Amino acid sequence: MNAAKRQLAEIRFNVNGVERCVSVPPMKRLLDVLREDLELTGVKEGCGEGECGSCSVLIDGVLVNSCLVPALQADGCKIITVEGLAANGALGDIQQKFLELGGTQCGICTPGMMLAAESLLRKNPRPDLDAIREGLAGNLCRCTGYMRIIDAVRHSMQKPILAEEKTELEAVRR
Amino acid sequence: MRDTTPTRIVGTPVLRKEGFGKVTGGAHYIDDIALPGMWHGATVRSSIARGAIKEIRFGGGIAWNEFVIVTAKDIPGENCIPLIMDHDQPVLADKRVNHPEEPIVLLAHPDKALLHEAVAAVEIDYDPLPAVFTIEESERQQTIVWGENNCIKHYLVEKGEVDSAWQSAAHIVTGEYRTGAQEQLYIENNGVIAEWSEADGVTIRGSMQCPYYVHKALLRVFDLPSEKVRVIQMETGGAFGGKEDYPSLIAAHAGLLARKAGRPVKIIYDREEDLAATTKRHPSRTRYRTAVDKDGRLLAMDIQVDLDGGAYATVTPTVLSRATIHACGPYFCENIRVRSHAWATNLPPHGAFRGFGSPQTIFGIERHMDQIAKAVGITPEEARRRNFLAQGKTTATGQLIRDPINLPGMLDRALRISDYNAKQARFARENVESSGIKCGIGIASFMHGAGFTGSGERYLNSLVALEADAKGRVTVLVSSTEFGQGTNTILSQIAAEALGLPIEDVSTAQPDTSRVPNSGPTVASRTTMIVGRLVCDAAIALAAILREKKLLGENFAVTEFRAACAAYTNQFGALRAEASYQAPKDIFWDDAAYKGEAYPAFAWAVYVAEVAVDTRTYMAEVVNFYALQEVGRVMNPMLATGQIEGGVAQGVGYALYEKVVWKDGRMSNNQMTNYIMPTAVDVPNIEVYFEEMPCEHGPYGAKGLGELPHDGPAPAILNAIQNATGVSFTSIPLLPEDIFLRMAETTELAALEAAGSVK
Repeated sequence: MNAAKRQLAEIRFNVNGVERCVSVPPMKRLLDVLREDLELTGVKEGCGEGECGSCSVLIDGVLVNSCLVPALQADGCKIITVEGLAANGALGDIQQKFLELGGTQCGICTPGMMLAAESLLRKNPRPDLDAIREGLAGNLCRCTGYMRIIDAVRHSMQKPILAEEKTELEAVRR
Repeated sequence: MRDTTPTRIVGTPVLRKEGFGKVTGGAHYIDDIALPGMWHGATVRSSIARGAIKEIRFGGGIAWNEFVIVTAKDIPGENCIPLIMDHDQPVLADKRVNHPEEPIVLLAHPDKALLHEAVAAVEIDYDPLPAVFTIEESERQQTIVWGENNCIKHYLVEKGEVDSAWQSAAHIVTGEYRTGAQEQLYIENNGVIAEWSEADGVTIRGSMQCPYYVHKALLRVFDLPSEKVRVIQMETGGAFGGKEDYPSLIAAHAGLLARKAGRPVKIIYDREEDLAATTKRHPSRTRYRTAVDKDGRLLAMDIQVDLDGGAYATVTPTVLSRATIHACGPYFCENIRVRSHAWATNLPPHGAFRGFGSPQTIFGIERHMDQIAKAVGITPEEARRRNFLAQGKTTATGQLIRDPINLPGMLDRALRISDYNAKQARFARENVESSGIKCGIGIASFMHGAGFTGSGERYLNSLVALEADAKGRVTVLVSSTEFGQGTNTILSQIAAEALGLPIEDVSTAQPDTSRVPNSGPTVASRTTMIVGRLVCDAAIALAAILREKKLLGENFAVTEFRAACAAYTNQFGALRAEASYQAPKDIFWDDAAYKGEAYPAFAWAVYVAEVAVDTRTYMAEVVNFYALQEVGRVMNPMLATGQIEGGVAQGVGYALYEKVVWKDGRMSNNQMTNYIMPTAVDVPNIEVYFEEMPCEHGPYGAKGLGELPHDGPAPAILNAIQNATGVSFTSIPLLPEDIFLRMAETTELAALEAAGSVK
């Protein structure tokens, strides 16, 4: 089988607030679609089997490993990647705290880790230590020993990332 | 001279220089780069541990004419990665293979998705040869797999008269300790992109620690002059030693494919390949025979250190060296013999990993100190206190300790910080009543030598340059790489401090061998102390150039510096200063006798681990961890704390989680699903404390600290487990099944003893 013969599917989704459409093999990993077709290389691959969480993105507000999601499954969804955490060039709160409090070292787990933090804080704006550890347990970091990351999450105040998500977020909180 | 002058920038928590890119996703790692016309490369590897290659066939169902295929015969220069020993590891196995996963054939194709199938379709026939997989099999020397006797390297360190000390000893304490392989598990897998042209030679971009190691390797492999090999480090997603030597091999592979394909070729390993094929920490066995007097003072230490080096020498001689020198721990003893050997096996070569041999022997000595304490009938802390090295005493290599270290004071502080005595008493009380959870507390005291061992820094002869532009913005030019430890930030802080500039005015250049001088490899806890010192020297030289031209006074404001840079560049062109390594005058090392000043400075530490062992599930959990260290002046408290915490977490993994399962020389659990590293839930609360005693060798009093935190956690944790359970475990990783087996044995033995069957 060569590339030209593969069937392509048209996938439409909202990525970081922008409507996008790509023609890709339907089983292509969402991770690869984001990185290769949309050039959102902030999404990282660490293991390709859903263990490390480096490829974490939010799909309709749910934290998922994009290496385990076929493109077809993301059709019609709202996706947030690390590129969607900063608004108009200004760092989001979580990003700011990761930077200020030493939550990033080599940086490869950082995008996924911040999305895990984002997901946690949406569900639980005032998590205790155990809840933070639990919320980050799907994302591996080899550099930090997690202490500075936990600290960064503790100091992050939840704010909606995108205005349009406010309602969605409030719905989650209710 | 000890530098204790107050500083503006050094010692403050300056934000990570490249942090913005890392938190926005804008930082470019190698897999984020695509060059026009780029193909993808893949590696066909040996399926057996040792044997002769009989035939390579390209099986059916693949359009082989679409692929570029490279074998050993396509190598224009030498088929060898030069590192410490010549004619060591081949770039591609030619007539024979010496370990599973050894690279044999390389493939490139424009469509990455087709490579997997193509790799599987390459059929290789072998005549298998007998292989060895353990230290024991190798040292038996029945099957010779390396050189004449399987021994890659050996050292002998001798001090005093070991053999005469045994008769007068009140106690002779012996012990054997083992450590397993450990995967560095950087979250970014290895990867490079190579370009080739006849005019420019080979250009490599990649994830790496040591651009000039790659440079040196490619000169030989491609038979090119220095200017036709260019190596550029991209943002690197963790390394920990795992990207010290291996990137040279991948770079050579990608370069060979690019040369034959006539286009750029990218090779990115996936996790399974990275785990199975690349280096791990050397497995070890250390044996201690110690003579102690009735008070627990060390009279003699006879130590054997044995490492499993894997199939090629690579960095093994230097790993063994560090293991040997650290084998006596931070203790003074008149009579010492350390015999150490690195044995070849048919495993993939073991390589560098944070600590570089010292976590192995520190595990041995620090577990052994608890056994000495038990034999003498004193507490573990007292056994240590009575034997600590101190100013004016000598180490195993005869190195005189000149620094005013205060290990008893550090021990006291660590015990106080951790509330050691009260906790130990409480645990002893509560463990009696608890049928399930048994708690314990343990300590480890240790040191780590900063910089290359012995004459290493003299041979490296590192060079650093600083440039300033017309606006007075300074660029630090070094081959020292950033991979999370903070190189960019620390070196910028040092230059900014030395020139009186704001931190924003200083940055580091991307390591690119066509632009930066060779400041040595980014290894061995040397970047801050050795390279940082050179950055400081170069900054002083830069100001001196401006003064020489009468553009700058003795003391100057930032605005004056900027004006001077503008005037200089206007009149004379580029403003650049260099500094090269000058060996300290009082450092002497005898490589033949293995005596002298092994390191310009040691960092010292006392760690305390608090554990809870569930005697129903046999899970051991580290509950709290206290890390106290003396690392000279701390350059950036936030980065230093983070680095220590990360090292402790890796040490927790080393002790309790991370097990490489070998099957016929191949890692069989080469997935993150079944090679388990600690998550945010598994790491204890880690408290980090520093003692700051400015060191004369480093810039502004700094010493190295990168590797130190990996040395102490494993023995501290197993000492705590012994305190909790009464069982002395001597091998890591210590998984629940290992605890179960030993405790079941112990319980059975106790039952038999109670019944009078065993005396």
